[in-house]
Amino acid sequence: MRPDLVNDLLQLTGEHLVLVLSAMAVAMLIGVPLGILLTRREGLRQWLLGFASVMQTIPSLALFGFLIPIPFIGGIGKRTVIIALVLYALLPILRNTFVGIMSVDAAVCESAMAMGMTSGQMLRQVQLPLAAPTILAGIRVATVTTIGTATIAAAIGGGGLGVFIFRGVASVDTAQILAGAVPAALIALAADGGLGWVERKLSRA
Amino acid sequence: MPLVEFRDVSYEVGGRQILSEVNFTVEAGETLVLLGRSGSGKTTALKMTNGMLFPSRGQVLVEGRPTTEWDPIRLKRHIGYVIQEVGLFPHFTVAQNVGLVPTLEGWPAADVEQRVERLLGDMGLPPSEYLRRYPRQLSGGQRQRVGVARALAADPPLLLFDEPFGALDPVTRVELQHQFLELRRDLRKTSIFVTHDVREALRLGTRIGLLTRGRLEVAADPQTFRNARTEEALAFLGSLD
Repeated sequence: MRPDLVNDLLQLTGEHLVLVLSAMAVAMLIGVPLGILLTRREGLRQWLLGFASVMQTIPSLALFGFLIPIPFIGGIGKRTVIIALVLYALLPILRNTFVGIMSVDAAVCESAMAMGMTSGQMLRQVQLPLAAPTILAGIRVATVTTIGTATIAAAIGGGGLGVFIFRGVASVDTAQILAGAVPAALIALAADGGLGWVERKLSRA
Repeated sequence: MPLVEFRDVSYEVGGRQILSEVNFTVEAGETLVLLGRSGSGKTTALKMTNGMLFPSRGQVLVEGRPTTEWDPIRLKRHIGYVIQEVGLFPHFTVAQNVGLVPTLEGWPAADVEQRVERLLGDMGLPPSEYLRRYPRQLSGGQRQRVGVARALAADPPLLLFDEPFGALDPVTRVELQHQFLELRRDLRKTSIFVTHDVREALRLGTRIGLLTRGRLEVAADPQTFRNARTEEALAFLGSLD
């Protein structure tokens, strides 16, 4: 392999990871609390879950395109990419947090209440721990999809492994395409395996 | 002053009348068994005692104070509750489950530990063997004992039992009923015990209240109850032989 290709590979992989990790961090910070809120505010459910579902149906390239002209959050570059990735990652996290908490055994919740737990204690000590495997399953799905979707970031100047892919497509250079696609796939597999392992740990506890 | 008093308590939800003008008192040391069919309102009455539900009309008084005037969290921690299907926390060990209310109350860890070991011992579950187990590693009867230990943990003056032995096999059920009687003798707790099993009611109750479609039809000691002649009482007593 050419040394400049190796350099590029390291740099773009790093960029890719930064995009994915930032987007996932933001998506979790928004998605988990919102999912909790949904279990307590019936009126919000349809709206929020509907919004998140609609976001997922927009083709990713189009979503990037829509965001570019929007002031403050739009424009060319990493910020726009991260916002788009967050919008995509939101649904699985939101939905799984909501479903995970709602499916905690009613008898267990009732006894938590009967023991005199405050609703905060019940959330922290009972609902969240018991919903954790489901919530994590949502985070896992979102992470794997985000790693793939982030390759499109290159289209709007966001960098990442997509740069190889777009360059390869433009110059009909299969090696370049693979240099982007293979590491992205490997990262996705590693994330899937790693988070799956944590998930199994959690559901056994 | 009675420990618990129901004054003309009615409860309706969604236009359905669950309890109608129920009146009774529970004195310290008594075991009042609320007997009735499914849907007779007995669990609702129990949930009103510790403020999980509030009357639509009338008042429930605990230690002379209406439940609506109690701090809702204080009231619940002041009353032990043994729930249908146990409701142990599956992700807590036996020790954590039993020590729950004392921990919530901010007892020092060493005191909680001591209390938990003592209670498990009392319930016939050797602490060294059971402390670190999870509920799924216990039999139904053991789980129910842990449930009782948990209700007793903060030493509440009043205990509520919601068909606690309903799901157990007949042999374990009788064992636990005996243990209940021993506990009552040793700890002198007051209890309200909900069941649909007339045998259990006669065995455990110092008084039996028969609920029929939300009305308290009979409230009497077991001897008097055996001679009750209302339709529902006859139906229950008829199931004895």
